[in-house]
Amino acid sequence: MDVKEIPAVIEGELMTRPADYAKICGGYTSDLLSDVMGNAAEGDVLITIQAHKNTVAVAQLVGIPAIILCNGRKGGQDMIALAEQENIAIIGTKLNQFSVSHLLGTALDKG
Amino acid sequence: MNHKALIRYTELMQNIPVNTFDSPTAVLELIHKLKVKDVMTSRVSTVTSSHTMKDVRDILKNKSITGLPVVEESRIVGIVSMENVLKSMELGCAEKPVASFMSRKIIALEEDMPVFFAISYFGRYPYRRFPVVNQQNELVGIVTSRDITTKLLLEAHREIERLEKSGDQAETALGGHIEKWFTVRRYDFENAGYASTEIRKILKSRKVEKGTARRIAISAYEMEMNLVIHSDNGSIHFLMDEERAIIQSEDTGPGIRDVNIALEEGYSTATDWIRSLGFGAGLGLPNVKRVSDEFSITSAPSQGTHIKSVIYLIKGE
Repeated sequence: MDVKEIPAVIEGELMTRPADYAKICGGYTSDLLSDVMGNAAEGDVLITIQAHKNTVAVAQLVGIPAIILCNGRKGGQDMIALAEQENIAIIGTKLNQFSVSHLLGTALDKG
Repeated sequence: MNHKALIRYTELMQNIPVNTFDSPTAVLELIHKLKVKDVMTSRVSTVTSSHTMKDVRDILKNKSITGLPVVEESRIVGIVSMENVLKSMELGCAEKPVASFMSRKIIALEEDMPVFFAISYFGRYPYRRFPVVNQQNELVGIVTSRDITTKLLLEAHREIERLEKSGDQAETALGGHIEKWFTVRRYDFENAGYASTEIRKILKSRKVEKGTARRIAISAYEMEMNLVIHSDNGSIHFLMDEERAIIQSEDTGPGIRDVNIALEEGYSTATDWIRSLGFGAGLGLPNVKRVSDEFSITSAPSQGTHIKSVIYLIKGE
């Protein structure tokens, strides 16, 4: 799935400036960064409420192309700037982690 | 090193009488890389507390030095200096034993401390020499500011020669080896992940196989976060050759009471505000152990923690 298709699926909004993001193969839902670090796979989208710079650092290390911030959380300017620098998309949505996981999982299944 | 990392160094070393803001990076890295044992004088003249002050005067005079450690069974029990000798002569007590004049207030350095500790000690205390002890608390050497200056100049000269030869290659790369040091500050979430990100860049440029690179990145990241969350500042040392990557984390405190419990998944001493950032879930050390081919940790309360993670390399396609 292409990152630019995600916002439409999850009632979300792209918060970073559009770029040539890597494709999404799956997803990982967690708010524990060590858990993400240890268990998420390269190409997963990260579904979380952790809206700060360290989330971007973990995404960069794991090879996560996009972070979805749930429950209306907004990343600060520093988080957005770092994500843009690392070519990682940040998408904000009002939905919670369960709903986002369900909607994205369904969309990924359909291909 | 980028500008932010330079500021990080600068903040850490604000107590050091070295111009840390616009000093060349190479110099700053030197005082972090060099250990006290690299600059100390290891052939130390010593006296016992039953020597007389006259003996001390003769040794100081013959060796052209200004102070001596007083040692009983390899342990330092005091320091006796030229000032003490003068005092004893003023009082006409030159035949009296060292024990009656020596200073018992001993501030010692440990041989494995980075040199910047020694430099900061010279700024903090009025002493002109510090005895150096090993892990067993035995005297192994002595450091004066002159020792540090001489060794730093020598190393700086060597470093400049190397830099001139290798262009602006910042890390040491000798015969396929690559070595990097990173300083990590307590609660510095702003720069957390810097060391791991830099290491990941090296792995990418060296075309390390993806799965292996991922394991090395996890190991480095978790160690780095441990330093940010739990230590009183520390360092990450990264060393890689053709066969393996070795990531080591070292700090000077506060230490871990029970290492076995710390290695259990879910055990954590992190505070609520750290947990609210998504850290401190008790997965860090278990993650490091899981991805390592060799793993070791040594720690004790109020002492430092040393973690070593070795990961064997598989050649990338």
